[in-house]
Amino acid sequence: MTRISRRELLKLSGGGALAARAGGMASIVAMKQAPAYAQSTTLHWLRWNDFVPASDALLLKEIVPECEKALGIKLTIEMINANDIQARTTSAIQSGSGPDVICALNNWAQLYPESVADVSDVAEEIGKAQEGYYEESKVVANDGKKWLAVPWCVVGAQLAYRKSWFEEIGYPAGKFPQNWELYRAAGKLLKAKGRPMGQTVGHTFGDAPTYAYPFLWSFGGKEVLADGKTVVLNSKETIESVKFMAGFWKDGYDEGGLAWDDSSNNRAFLSGTCSCTLNGASIYLEAKRKPEAYATENGTPLWQDILHAPLPTGAAGQFGYHLPMSNMLMGYSRNQKAAKEFLRWITSKDVYQKWFDTQQGYTVGATTIWEKDKLWDKDPVMLPYRTAARAGRFPGYEGPADRHAAEVLSKYIIIDMFAKAVQGMPAEDAVKWAHEEVARVHA
Amino acid sequence: MAVSDVTTSDTYAVSVRRWPITRLLEDERWLAFVLLLPTLVLLGLFIAYPFVKGVELSVTDAKVGVPGSFVGMQNFALLLNDSIFRVAVWNTVVYTAVTTVFKLALGLWLALLLNRNFKGKAFTRAFILLPFIIPTVLSTFAWKWMFDPTFSVINWTLFRLGLIGTRINWLGDPSLALISVIIVNIWRGVPFYAISLLAGLQTINPELQDAAAIDGARPWQRFWYVTWPLLLPVTMVVVLFSVIQTFADFQLVYVLTGGGPANATHLFATYAYQIGVGTGLLSQGAAISLAMFPVLLVVVIVQLLYIRRVETL
Repeated sequence: MTRISRRELLKLSGGGALAARAGGMASIVAMKQAPAYAQSTTLHWLRWNDFVPASDALLLKEIVPECEKALGIKLTIEMINANDIQARTTSAIQSGSGPDVICALNNWAQLYPESVADVSDVAEEIGKAQEGYYEESKVVANDGKKWLAVPWCVVGAQLAYRKSWFEEIGYPAGKFPQNWELYRAAGKLLKAKGRPMGQTVGHTFGDAPTYAYPFLWSFGGKEVLADGKTVVLNSKETIESVKFMAGFWKDGYDEGGLAWDDSSNNRAFLSGTCSCTLNGASIYLEAKRKPEAYATENGTPLWQDILHAPLPTGAAGQFGYHLPMSNMLMGYSRNQKAAKEFLRWITSKDVYQKWFDTQQGYTVGATTIWEKDKLWDKDPVMLPYRTAARAGRFPGYEGPADRHAAEVLSKYIIIDMFAKAVQGMPAEDAVKWAHEEVARVHA
Repeated sequence: MAVSDVTTSDTYAVSVRRWPITRLLEDERWLAFVLLLPTLVLLGLFIAYPFVKGVELSVTDAKVGVPGSFVGMQNFALLLNDSIFRVAVWNTVVYTAVTTVFKLALGLWLALLLNRNFKGKAFTRAFILLPFIIPTVLSTFAWKWMFDPTFSVINWTLFRLGLIGTRINWLGDPSLALISVIIVNIWRGVPFYAISLLAGLQTINPELQDAAAIDGARPWQRFWYVTWPLLLPVTMVVVLFSVIQTFADFQLVYVLTGGGPANATHLFATYAYQIGVGTGLLSQGAAISLAMFPVLLVVVIVQLLYIRRVETL
């Protein structure tokens, strides 16, 4: 057995640690061995069950061993239902133990500023190297003073629609109703043919808010002014949007959508009972993955009859709200240094590329560099997702995406405002109710 | 045996050392305390501590990761002006009252049927328990599919039978959504009532029934004047447990509707979870949870007093 003296050991381990500290990823790679400080470190990464199973498979089968090889970190990835992440985060923070890194959705990081580590160095480094973050990715993970999380990705939300059915009502391939009036008229025609549009306005973390908020913004409605305090929801514009929604619901939508969860529209669309719905690209990707399982009424593969488009334009413009995700390094973690190295490594271009490829466009990177990726050349149907995050705003607009915005979002106040009107409450009353609730949050 | 081998009772008594603890345990009061100690520790750890912690949280402005400072009754004052909380209170009362009545009626009916002799009795009794045995989350997911606005098997059946012309929006319509969660709760809870009441029925001496029959009592009279009074103490205990569980129900609504549509199905527990965990406002979440406590306390006291009265009659 080769004996290593104490001095040699110190040289080796010191070299690794120094390299990691001073030279970052480049020097780790150059040394061709893991930095010594992390050689026995175990990291626990909690994230959602991906809507693209291939991405989860990649993380478990390739990224985990690669991480151990490159950083000497034994990575444990736990994937759970997205709805349960907040409960796990809460119990972890309160008990002071749990996953080292938690992948948060929306602006959850803003709910725990005191309990997450400052990751400004990593976030700034990645942002600088990858041509900057989308505004939406930034506002949810940065509280104006520091980075609370390292932005990970943005789940683009676009309307998936049936090409042939829209052709039948006067929209040849590639054409799509550009404003809400035209879109509503299209919905009316489609519903009359037994092909309603589908949308949830239920209590869901994804599809309901990513529809309701941009809808409100496109009519000019907003929760608060830029000061983040003055609640201005009860406005002519908001009432107009709510009235429009109540009518549109009857005209064009599947009225069962009030009870839909985030996967209901996928099922409805894939089974051919829904003509158009706001969603991530999971409907198209699933139809493409299983062409024999999902077919049109003519027997052709369904995926060949799906196109994507952004939400229509309103009087105040065209907006989107695309679900941002970011990795929080938890303050209680005893592996701060290693966790930062891991975040730096997993978000670095070469490593992230592998994960990004498996997503097939379901998510875009949090940095703008991913718009240029060759992945977008592969499938023109996915192109609308490429730049979707550019038009992204985040709940709380025109104020910051802070704890108040998160509270309004998690109480589903804006969504329920529309849901109440859809159920028959006068628009003025629904808006008044929502305004009072938002004001209570900001009081 | 040699004489020297014989140990007299005197020498035996001297040879046994009585430790101080042994002497202490000979006092029945101390013995009782020691025997109760494990239970006290368990109750303290898993019931008293969380409760005290909940009370402590509810009078602070604690958030997730922030201990917060004392704010008195401010969180409870906020609740009085919270329209969603008022909806949750109303829903919880309706949900508990309606389900309890139906669960009691159906459970009693089922128990009376199961108390008869028929072929396959043991199998039927075991089968009846299924809704109670299956994990609630699992069975609620099955119900979610059955109430699905697009793929509801209930709607499909009603439509095929010609009973409906359009789909029933089970979980999308606010009133129907509450009715739907009530139906699922009744389905899940009836077996508990049925089996518990069946156990109660089996403790009633059949001779009492026979005597009443000989005296000319009709079936209904036999039930009302013989069975029901004897079953009442068991029924009260079953109702007590059920009311507490139903009042604090969470998983069923969480899975089925998430409290929607437009808060139409929020209960105390689901709203407390939404505020405490979803929004990170632990103190307000604790206040919502604790708002249940006075109501439940009154229910428990009234029922326990009633049970004591019935038992001493």
